[in-house]
Order: sequence, then structure tokens, then C-alpha cells
Amino acid sequence: MSKKFSLLSLLFVVMLVLSACGPKGVTSTEVEVFSWWVGPGEADGLAAMVKVFNAEYPKITFVNAAVAGGAGTNAKAVLATRLAANDAPDSWQAHAGQEILATYLAAGQIEPLDDLFASTGFDKVLPATLLPLISQNGHPYSVPVNIHRSNVMWYNPKVLADAGVTANPKSDFNTWDDFFAVCDVIKAAGKICLSLGAPWTGVHLFENVMLGSMGADKWNGLWSNPPTTDWNGSDVAAGIANFAKVLSYTNPDASTLSDWQTPSKMMTDGDAAFNIMGDWAYGYFANAAPNGLALTPHTDFDWAASPGTYGIFNFLSDSFVLPVGAKHPDGATAWLTVAASKAGQEAFNPLKGSICARTDCDQSLFPEYSQDAARDWTSNVVVGSLMHGVVAAPAWLTSTSTAIGLFQADTSKTADFQAALVAACAADGTCK
Amino acid sequence: MFRRFELRLPQLVLAIALILLGMVFILTLRSVPLIIADKNLTSLALLISGLIFYAGVLIIVSMFQSETVLTIALLLPSIVAVAIFVYGFIGWSVRVSLSQWKGLNPDFTWVGLKQYYSLFHNDPRFVIDIRNTAMFTVGFILGCLILGLGLAILLDQRLKGEAIYRGIFLFPMSISFIATGVIWGWLMNPATGNRITGINLIFQSLGLNSLISLWHSTPQPWGMAFTVIPAVWQLSGFTMALYMGGIRSVSEDLREAARVDGASEFQIYRYIILPLLQPVTLSAVIILAHMSLKIFDLIVALGNKAISLDVPGIYMWTTTFDGTNYAQGAAIGILMLISVAILVVPYLVQNMRTETEL
Repeated sequence: MSKKFSLLSLLFVVMLVLSACGPKGVTSTEVEVFSWWVGPGEADGLAAMVKVFNAEYPKITFVNAAVAGGAGTNAKAVLATRLAANDAPDSWQAHAGQEILATYLAAGQIEPLDDLFASTGFDKVLPATLLPLISQNGHPYSVPVNIHRSNVMWYNPKVLADAGVTANPKSDFNTWDDFFAVCDVIKAAGKICLSLGAPWTGVHLFENVMLGSMGADKWNGLWSNPPTTDWNGSDVAAGIANFAKVLSYTNPDASTLSDWQTPSKMMTDGDAAFNIMGDWAYGYFANAAPNGLALTPHTDFDWAASPGTYGIFNFLSDSFVLPVGAKHPDGATAWLTVAASKAGQEAFNPLKGSICARTDCDQSLFPEYSQDAARDWTSNVVVGSLMHGVVAAPAWLTSTSTAIGLFQADTSKTADFQAALVAACAADGTCK
Repeated sequence: MFRRFELRLPQLVLAIALILLGMVFILTLRSVPLIIADKNLTSLALLISGLIFYAGVLIIVSMFQSETVLTIALLLPSIVAVAIFVYGFIGWSVRVSLSQWKGLNPDFTWVGLKQYYSLFHNDPRFVIDIRNTAMFTVGFILGCLILGLGLAILLDQRLKGEAIYRGIFLFPMSISFIATGVIWGWLMNPATGNRITGINLIFQSLGLNSLISLWHSTPQPWGMAFTVIPAVWQLSGFTMALYMGGIRSVSEDLREAARVDGASEFQIYRYIILPLLQPVTLSAVIILAHMSLKIFDLIVALGNKAISLDVPGIYMWTTTFDGTNYAQGAAIGILMLISVAILVVPYLVQNMRTETEL
């Protein structure tokens, strides 16, 4: 017994020593920001914006709670778990549109930002088409940091020239059939026509094939409530037929590639001619090593709107929200103010390869691609992206992604695919 | 039970001090988080405070001088923890699976077995999941058993450096499935032409072009069969270790007697050792099957959530966390639990019976 006793006494002493180290006072001067910006290009942009934040709020510690995974597929799961455990970060990244409105606002987890918009004059410098997408009943619920374009087709001019292609992707791909004709030439030259990656890049491809097949109005009609474009109709069927044909020109190992960078690099490496990926790929192509490939625009790679979408801007926007009951409300407001500011957006966007959500950014800071995109942003017809959360609620996106994945595994089942798309819309409650 | 309570003052003082200290810590930590060097250590500190508190309780309990009371007191925290965190949460998942919870806010509206019904009746993805799991389980178990038994018999030949071989064969088991999946994903790279790499490149440089394969990106259903290769690589060594134990427990006398009766070495294995290994095979099948029925990490690392390589674990993840369809996710999870339980529970019951008999 005495041995046991002395052991316990020792434990007691250890505990007392530990308790002397004691809890430190809680610091209110920090802000934990959750994002999925860890990849090449995007992590640089975040770091640049944090630099602006640290300069303006030197007393607030920035805590980076980023989670890896393209399009935020892993990050959203981590965030959902944290929200369920009442451990919300002070601000988190979400895609403008239905992803915020149908998820976080519907669950009562975010605050309206009228005050912040009014005090910073942010609402005055946003494009008119963007504001309704981030608002409900006239109240804005997120601070859009950037605008990305989904319908960009990157291509390797050398591969096209070597294969003897004379068509110009910037002006000659008015329909998908124009694209297929070129693909046949490239395939004959022994190259992959269109490189494709992880399953979510298939959904990204799908939305741009549908958009290029049916046009902006009918695409928007698919997502209006109730839909004005029939999911069971001939427009969708024609889009599916094009999608099946596009898939036949892609690399057979697509599903085994881990994200979007690998297929994009297949294009710049000259193994593939085209790659359809959002314009975040620009930062990856053009930024310096090690986070970028340090390539030269127009010679190593070039860009055009994806086939059939000239004059259409398929957009998505990364936004930040203010949670109900933020642990550090001052820090959260400070972060959102920087995210909305000219300095913050001008620091972030050139590196991320996106354009400012603000319309007053200094265009000379931006590379040629972004100046191009910024011009299109003001002049084109704007539509919302499916894969990146603008047009559909997450549950609808997931069931649609499953249908697309099933179709990718067997492209002969076109009727089943269309039936699954109809069922996904019905399960969401939008289709009656 | 309490007839031999013996009050010892110093211990009592210590016990009360510990209990109070633990309580103070817990109450403090509830309002003030413990942050050391920017690391939030609150949950660790809470755990330690709980241990301090319970140490005080145990000292008082030990004064009863009864082994039964002390045993119960020592086991109680684990029993409570398992009851809440295992069985409580299973029960909660069952309840969620009978609801229509979609979106971030819980919705426990009772819908009966609707989630299960829709999985089995109009969900082509779940059909693929079942087919893939069945294919993976059969291939994985057969592969591990055959390779494991083969390796065990080889090592049973008393070769030199047996311990080294045993180590080499067992080694893959210490790697996580994620790492195995990533590395085998590189080895089984299906790219062709000038991007050819991995095993395909070896085949090409050996002139074995007919063996170049699309591996796990082979059009379904056969792509799933290739995911068995890394799984077998990882666990055949473990199966070998199980069989080694079984073979070594067959007494040398028995073998000697067979040899005297004129049995060849092959006949000894065929008619004596293999029949005696049946219980080992059963254990191995149970252990391997419960892994393969809930496989997730290996397949995610290899297949990036491609539908052709989908398994219930991945479907549950996607539908729950990407689609915020918690009710359907819970239903898939419960079905996975049932499939494992069908296998494991009879085995455990039988084990318990044999132990009671002994």
C-alpha cells in the first residue's frame, strides 16, 4: 500500500507542477479563417492578402485553417463537422450563390452584412449581376473576394501547329462539332485531344459542354424555379450526346489522376492539346516555380472560351461569411473588411489568377489573361457554375455528380443518365 | 461487501485534494481554454483533470478493501465511454437513418425505412457499391489466404534467415492504407505512350507489351479487381503470420509419427497440417473480411472517388459531407455495420462459448 501511496503522491506533485503552468488568458485579438486555398497559386494569393491584413491590423493574429482538396470537396466536410460541433471558424470560404444561401443561410448560421457593405461602400463597386446572387431578401450574406471563370479552354499552340490544325480556338469553335473535327486531327497525330482529371473535373467539363450546346438562356432555365428548360427535353439530350462524344476524346486514365493540376500539365507538357479548367489554372501555368510552371502565355499555352460559349461568362466566386456568434467578431469583421477592400483584392487576385469582384481594381497589376477576363466580365452574358456552387444546392450537385460519374463509367447509357438528371432535380424539389 | 472498510487519514486527505483539484481544473477549463505555444490543449487538459479527479475517487474506493468494488470502479470509465461513444452513437445513427435529415440543421421527421428502400430500389450507385465490395472482398480474402499460406509453408522449411523474411513479409502491414494507395497508384499508372511509367514501364522495357494494363482504370466492372493487388500486398504478410503460428503449434511428434508411417512431406501438409489450420483460416477470414467490407482509405487514394471504383464507405462520405444528406449517409453506414456484424457477431459468440467451456 505504501508503494501505491508514494506513487500517487508523485502523481499529485506532477499535477501541481502542471497546474502551475496554468491556463493563459484567452486572446481576443485573433481571427481563424477557413479556406481550401492550399494549392499552387491560390496559397500564394491567400498569403498576399494576409500580408495586407497584418499591415492593417497588426494586433490581430491571423490563423490559417485551410484544408486541402480541389473545389473544396474535403474542406466542406471538415467545415460541416466543425459547424455541427459548434466550433465554427471566425470566417469561412464558400462559393457565392446557392452553396451559401441553400446551406449556411438556410441553417441560420450566417449574419447579414448590410452594415459592412454600407460602411465600406463595397456594394457600390460590385457588378450589378453579382449582388442578387449573394443576397436573400435584399440582404447580402457574403463578401466575394474574386471572380473566376469556369468556361475557359486552355490549349497548347505547339501541339495544334504540329498536328496541322488551322482552326483558331478563339474564334472558330462555335459549336462542339467544330471542336470534334479538330479533335479527330489531333487524335490522328497521336495526341490526347482533351485532358481530364479527377471525377469533379468531369462535372466541370459537363457544365461547360451543356452550356456550349444549349446557350446561356436555356442553361439558366435549367436552374430557375421551376425550370423553364425541360430536363427531360431535347436540349438536355443534345448536350448529353455532345458530352458522351467529348469523353471519347479524353485520356482513359482520367479517373486515376488526383486533381486538376495533373491534366492541366498534360496539356502544357504537350501530351494533350486542350484542357477545360477554370481560370485558377492561369496562376499555376504562369507563376514562378515551385508553385507554378513559369510558362509563357501564347507560346507555351493559350486560352479561349470553351466551344460554343463565346460571349458567355460562366462564373463562380469565392466568398467569405460572418458566422452567427463568431468567437472573435472583431477579428472576423476586420478580415471581411480586408477581403472587401481594394488593397486586399488587388493583392489576392493577380496571384490566384482570378479577377476582382470589385470593378475598380487597378488593371495594370494584372496579367494579360485577367485583363481579358475582366473585360469579358463587364461585357458578356453572365451565367452561374454548377460544379462551383452557384446554381444548385449541395445535395442537388451531389446527386447530379453521381449521375455524371455513372455516365462516365458507361457512356452508352444516355437515357439512364437523362433520367437520373431529372430525378436529381425532382429530389431537390425544384422540378415538380 | 463493505465489511472491511478501513479509513486511513493521509490517503483520505490526498483523495479529497485530488478530487477538488480535478474539479477546479475542469470548471476552470470550461470557461478558459488552455493555450500553450499557440496550441489549444484544452481537451488534453480536460482529460488529465478527469484522471486526477478519478484517481481521488479510486483511492477512496480502495479503502473498501474489496477486489470486486475496485474492479468495478476501474472498469467503469471504459464501460461508460464505450456505452456512449460506440453503442450510443450506433443508436443515434440508426435514428438518423430513419429520418429525412438533409441540410445542416437536424430534421428527425420519421420516414421509416425509406432511406434503405431507395438505396436498394432505385440507386444504381449503390448497386455498383455492392458489386465492388463483393468483388473486392472475395479477391482480397482469397489472395491473402493463398499467398499467406504459401509464404508460411515456405518459411516452415527452416530456411536460413527466416526472421529476416518474416520481417520483410510483415512489413507492409505497418504502412497506412492511404500511403499504400498513393504508392500503388503510381506503380499501377495506366498512362501509355511517352507518359508510360510504373509497372507498365517495366513491362515495356522487358518487351512484355502484352502485359501492359489499364490497371484499376480498366472499364467497369473489372477495374475494381485491380485494387485487390495493393490490399493483398499489404495484408498477406499478416495472414502468413497467423498461419505460421498455426503451423508451429502442430507438434513435431505428430509429424514424426506420420513420417514413420511413410507419409511424404506433401501428404503431411495435406492430411495433417492443413486440417489442423482450419480455425486459423476462420480467424483470418473474419479479420480480413471486416476490413474489406468497410474499406475506404485505400480506394479513395487509388480511385479519387470515381464511381466505377465506388464502395459504400465513399458513397457514405460523399452523400453525407458533400451533399449534406445525413439521413441517407447514416443508412449507408448502418448497412455497412450490419454487413460486418453478420460476419463478426457469430464468431464472437462462438469464441465466448469456447472460452466458457475451457
